Amino acid sequence: MYAVRKWSVTHARGLNRFYTLFEKAVVGFAPLFRAIGYDRLERPVAAVEHGEKSLLIDCQMCGQCALSSTGMSCPMNCPKSIRNGPCGGVRPNGMCEVKPEMRCVWVEAWRGAGTMGEAPIMEVQPAIDQSLKGRSSWLKVAREKSAAGEAE
Amino acid sequence: MSAAATPPPEDLFGYAIPGPPPAGYRSHGRLEHVLRTGRFAVTAELNPPDSADPWEVYERAAVLSEVVDAINATDASGANVHMSSVGICALLTRDDLAPVLQVSCRDRNRIAIQGDVLGAAAMGVANVLCLSGDSVGVGDQPEAKPVFDFDCMSALETLRMMRDEAKFLSGRKLTEAPKIFLGAAINPFVPPYDFRPRRLAKKIAAGADFVQSNYCFDIDILREYMKRVVDMGLHETCFILIGVGPLASPKAGRWIRANVPGVHIPDAVIERLEAAEKPKNESKKMTVEFIQQIREIEGIHGVHVMAYRQEEMVADIVIESGALDGRKKAQIGIAGLRAQQERRMESIRKRRAAAEAQAKPSTKVD
Ligand code: SF4
Repeated sequence: MYAVRKWSVTHARGLNRFYTLFEKAVVGFAPLFRAIGYDRLERPVAAVEHGEKSLLIDCQMCGQCALSSTGMSCPMNCPKSIRNGPCGGVRPNGMCEVKPEMRCVWVEAWRGAGTMGEAPIMEVQPAIDQSLKGRSSWLKVAREKSAAGEAE
Repeated sequence: MSAAATPPPEDLFGYAIPGPPPAGYRSHGRLEHVLRTGRFAVTAELNPPDSADPWEVYERAAVLSEVVDAINATDASGANVHMSSVGICALLTRDDLAPVLQVSCRDRNRIAIQGDVLGAAAMGVANVLCLSGDSVGVGDQPEAKPVFDFDCMSALETLRMMRDEAKFLSGRKLTEAPKIFLGAAINPFVPPYDFRPRRLAKKIAAGADFVQSNYCFDIDILREYMKRVVDMGLHETCFILIGVGPLASPKAGRWIRANVPGVHIPDAVIERLEAAEKPKNESKKMTVEFIQQIREIEGIHGVHVMAYRQEEMVADIVIESGALDGRKKAQIGIAGLRAQQERRMESIRKRRAAAEAQAKPSTKVD
């Protein structure tokens, strides 16, 4: 759904705001998640997350969403999985070095950053954790943020 | 940038030296020393052989070694298989030459990369350049699996952690940290142009001590880029080397432009070569001019010469450009350098002959 993906970048700011609110709600549900058990929730939640995010952003389910730092352009659609792009191979017309029919996801990310502000895209994303692939990023956030909240 | 309190000796090439580097230094390497003492640095790329013969590497290095501060050992650039960067570094360090180990994230995962860098540092490699890598599709074996476990930034962060905190990414301790000067690549010549200086800032944040750029054939774009870089103050925290190199012919220029990712060659450059009687000479002249123009731009600390299959030109280009002016090497002139190169070649030939003579008896099995 390449067209929808482009729409998402154009509306990066609104989408990001929505996600921020959504994230707060998810973290709010953390006690409930814990009661049911994260392991039991993993599969159904991952399935819903995948459905929604594949429609909007061609989500690859890396399990550690970086969208809010990448102008709502999913870096896992970069054929080199660069989470701190763009690489030096971007074509003069802004298309991807590897897939000339696709706009470089990081050219798109920079476009999205134009509506979201510059600070997030300037954050260096750490090495990806390949073991999280296919797992729910929402549950990860709920688990981590609620734990961090309790620790404070 | 401030000079160190106790600078290492002039002729330091970067082989394994025990103990910590001088104050303010990351490595014992010559490239870092030249840069930190405010001189214009010159690096060059060695084209790796498709061969298991070590002498081919030594011969290629011999034509470069007299005029450069470090030799980049490429890592299957363009996704074409050649002798590995680690292999070339091993050979060069044995000959007391200073290599830059290139690490591409395309072919190795984090386990391999961290191990390779430890091994390289143990052999005396003082410089490591982290790259994402060209896609496998442009190379000679597009059927390969692209790895891309790290990207260039996470590779930089990990190697910096190994150096500064003496631990692997997993947190496991190292008994001896690698003393390495960390590098990255930049490409100011491709979109998104206004993000490129910011991306350099990110690389510096991730650990880059120096950067080398892709081929520069467009001084105007470089000037724009450097203006932003200097405004952001990035040239004060990172050494910037700009890539240059001759084109073998206008046809080669067109081919590179169409087939090598990330190389921007304006029409004017190709037209100038087409109009010339001897395009090869013209290209050499143009490279010399580029170096001279690059030197004038604020914030640039050196050049990186990439003369694919034309290494013999590098010495002339470097000397004619005046890049080494004021350095001891430049005073002996091109003829002196040629003589030095010839002596090095001669010693390589002798050692090769000796090695071959010695190897013969062992082929007999009693
Ligand atoms: S051009 Fe962009 S999308 Fe394509 S490989 Fe490079 S960074 Fe990734």
